[in-house]
Amino acid sequence: MTAAATEEKAATYTPAVESLNAVLAAGQAPPRPSAWSASVTFGWRALLKIKHVPEQLADVTAFPIMMTLMFTYLFGGALAGSVTEYLQFLLPGIMVTSVVMITMYTGVGVNTDIEKGVFDRFRTLPIWRPAALVGALFGDVLRYVTAGAVILVVGLILGFRPEGGVGGVLIAMVLLIVFSFAFSWIWTMFGLLLRSEKSVMGVSMMVLFPLTFLSNVFVEPETMPGWLRAFVEVNPITHLVAATRGLMQGNPDAGEITWVLVSSAVLVAVFGTLTMRLYNRK
Amino acid sequence: MSELAIETAGLVKVFGDNRAVDGIDLAVPAGTVYGVLGPNGAGKTTAVRMLATLLRPDGGEARVFGHDVLREADAVRQRVSLTGQYASVDEDLTGTENLVLIGRLLGHRKPAARERSAQLLAAFGLTDAADRQVKNYSGGMRRRIDIAASILKTPDVLFLDEPTTGLDPRSRNQVWDIVRIIVAQGTTVLLTTQYLDEADQLASRIAVIDRGKVIAEGTPGELKASVGAGAVHVRLRDASQRPAALEVLTKILGPGVKPDADPVALTAQLSGEDSDREAAEQASRALAELAAVGITVDNFALGQPTLDEVFLALTDHPATEKEVAA
Repeated sequence: MTAAATEEKAATYTPAVESLNAVLAAGQAPPRPSAWSASVTFGWRALLKIKHVPEQLADVTAFPIMMTLMFTYLFGGALAGSVTEYLQFLLPGIMVTSVVMITMYTGVGVNTDIEKGVFDRFRTLPIWRPAALVGALFGDVLRYVTAGAVILVVGLILGFRPEGGVGGVLIAMVLLIVFSFAFSWIWTMFGLLLRSEKSVMGVSMMVLFPLTFLSNVFVEPETMPGWLRAFVEVNPITHLVAATRGLMQGNPDAGEITWVLVSSAVLVAVFGTLTMRLYNRK
Repeated sequence: MSELAIETAGLVKVFGDNRAVDGIDLAVPAGTVYGVLGPNGAGKTTAVRMLATLLRPDGGEARVFGHDVLREADAVRQRVSLTGQYASVDEDLTGTENLVLIGRLLGHRKPAARERSAQLLAAFGLTDAADRQVKNYSGGMRRRIDIAASILKTPDVLFLDEPTTGLDPRSRNQVWDIVRIIVAQGTTVLLTTQYLDEADQLASRIAVIDRGKVIAEGTPGELKASVGAGAVHVRLRDASQRPAALEVLTKILGPGVKPDADPVALTAQLSGEDSDREAAEQASRALAELAAVGITVDNFALGQPTLDEVFLALTDHPATEKEVAA
């Protein structure tokens, strides 16, 4: 036998009865994890994925910077006379727009992830059923926080000076993240419902563009025709923007904040339920 | 009669107008390897997915250790593990990360999950690959990490869906050895395969599935006996010697000898009652006899019945027909 062949043979794995038996004998599982613990574990999985594929953070860094710069300089001069002045009005809105737009990647992610064999394993584990999806959303929340922080920094550099101070800005961002988490359940539902990644993207765009642009993000609704104003005023994004803007500018509107929290709860109740129904049928 | 690990009665799954699983009855004794044999599209995977609580049956009943897969899905999940046809691990994560993830989901605290993962990786010869992403693993390594993930908690029933499809012979033998060790420790293994020799090697009973139905069931011996012990393929140097060779072979091997389309070739079907050893003895006697009468043989091969021959014998169509149609 040649040296190379001997070496190759040594590198070959031969299942060892003793070590496999030892592993099998020690295979008793502890009590099942709580719903929270299982969800956090899936959140950890999402973090590991970011660690291995950091490029996927481009949409929560480059995209928000682009949005902020683009709209600040595009509309600043025309709408408010000065860029800095417009920025005080626009920044909360552009933060909401960017983060809410980023939520659509949740649907795309679920759609591609669910097709993978590993989901078969997850679904045969005796764990709280929604944990895999809730955990994925925990990972997405981190992305939303990143995007929000990036926009805030860009805004501060460009001259955004929030009257609401650190506290107001932080509460506003927490509110935005809570709403985005709830809103993401729409996309998990579509992610499970639609066949391909592309169709998820298509539907997301069709929903997100009108929802974010036909709002009070860029201009106050007073100048709009009546029918449009009617839509803008019921648009949940309008309420979210009003609430974050109020908090950041130092005049929080309890009514708008309540509205956002209630609509978040409704979104989770409705779309969370629909998502789980689809997930269990998949 | 020993306890049944898996029991199904009239199990049905319909996709559109395709009855993927069309009334399957199975009784799998605990602590054995049970083979589900059939071609692509026969309904093997669909049946396994129903048993593993991944698909809802459209009709019939299925129980795993007495627990209904639909009404007591959670109790079933406590006792089963699945290694799917495509890797049931996360390809973006490393070997260790995959096992720690599953360990955490089974309720281990992080240190315990890490320890268990290291133990499993070592037992499966994957310690060196522990920190590599699974997508960079070879086919055999993927299978091993997949099975390792399935026994993080030693399951009562392990579903292996085509565990060796696409593997090289060495990796296939490794998987076979692993399966034998796992079943020896008391786990019931339900294995689907397209290869008769795999079912033959591992399973104590086999159900042959075609078009969503069980068309034969029994021990590997019974099954092979029903299709004959295999065939002897002979290639002669000289086509003019074929009639003489036919006569010699018929004398020794019985009436199942037929000339092939190739003018120098003959095939002899061996009779069903013979064991493998008898078949080999018969074949070598035939070879000696051919040489004794002065017939030159270029090639002589003893073949086990293939899945195709099983299918041909049990249905009236070859196993590959479905694949072409699909």
